[in-house]
Amino acid sequence: MKPPLHLLRLALLPLLGLHPSLQAANDDETVARKVALETAGAFSNDGFKIRDGTWSGRCELGKSRVIQVNLYAGNQYWFTVGATETAKKIAVTLFDELGQSLPTLPYQRPTTVAAGFAATTSGPYYIKIALLEGTAATFSLIYSYR
Amino acid sequence: MIPTLRTIVAALAALGLRASAADHPPTAIHLSPEEITEATRTDELSIPMPGEFMASLDKLGKIDWTTLFRPPIATNFTSRPQLALNLGGLIADGYIAVEAEDAPQVKSIGKDILALAKTLGVSKDVIERGASITGFADQKLWNQLKEELEATQNEVKNGMADQKDADLVTLVTVGGWIRANEAMSAYLAKNYTPAGARLLRQPGIAAMLNSRLGKLSEKNQEDPTVITVRKRMAEIEQLISFPLATVPSQNTVSQLSSLTAQTIKEITKKQTK
Repeated sequence: MKPPLHLLRLALLPLLGLHPSLQAANDDETVARKVALETAGAFSNDGFKIRDGTWSGRCELGKSRVIQVNLYAGNQYWFTVGATETAKKIAVTLFDELGQSLPTLPYQRPTTVAAGFAATTSGPYYIKIALLEGTAATFSLIYSYR
Repeated sequence: MIPTLRTIVAALAALGLRASAADHPPTAIHLSPEEITEATRTDELSIPMPGEFMASLDKLGKIDWTTLFRPPIATNFTSRPQLALNLGGLIADGYIAVEAEDAPQVKSIGKDILALAKTLGVSKDVIERGASITGFADQKLWNQLKEELEATQNEVKNGMADQKDADLVTLVTVGGWIRANEAMSAYLAKNYTPAGARLLRQPGIAAMLNSRLGKLSEKNQEDPTVITVRKRMAEIEQLISFPLATVPSQNTVSQLSSLTAQTIKEITKKQTK
């Protein structure tokens, strides 16, 4: 039997980082994504499917980053952020379409953080990633659903 | 570390992942209007995969997904934009076949995806994915198949980006999203429930896709199928951008079903010179 896809992805990440077609990929992004996948892998063991897509970038103290996602009512989600080791504490916060923050279930480690959420309405949501402690770092956001 | 995490996951499952305000009081209360306007919107994360839509519908009751299959489509289109739109539609078909747990259908769709990718000149990396799809289907690894379908789509899009053909990336996404909406709205029109109808609310996606369609190159905007899709997408956006508290009527759901079905028919119709 073939290994689960998230394990394959982890194994292939160093190679993917060298592939010329992955324009945005660089070493730091590869590391950050690996950290995120290690955490999200545990969720996939519990039936959560990991989106293949990712969003990577730089985060600095006082300069947060925001991305729009579109969720469906009834689904459960985990938003997982991995970061390079200069990040000592990062936060991931979920907002509804009006910009109101939403309660989430937390998982927190120095270079990885995750937020669990069960959507009760379909529509756009926003995820804010903020560096709370440490120095500028590269992050990678992935999400899983079931 | 992982056992701790697994404990959390298990706890979430037991709680149905229903968070309360005490779970994780957010440090920021509001996003500013500027943060909302300037938020990043990417094809890879901001657009849900058809599987997410289907997962939400699946929770409303047992669905006979085989009723949402469609007959095989042509794979020898001459217009590249039309090929891209149909490729996206086939990937959505793949998700429907996986939900139906129909291995022969999954394999047949995988073959068609490969055929379109080949015509578009992006098959090199997708060939191995095609083999994986067949392998996972034979082993009935349905969850892995869902991830593999998304990976295939991303592989195709990477190939298009390599060819500096970003327009086609948009069209793959649009084709898949319309086909998923056609299938979902057809089901909901026949099996109407208010909760199901509210799932169709997707204003953020429609706005993003229409904005991207408006930025296609002049040449691609002149493609007859793209002209039709742009017109229909504007109408679809109106139907699915209802306010949060609104429950669409069965008539509205039927309208969406007809509109998306008509659009898919036009996407799959061969262009005449």
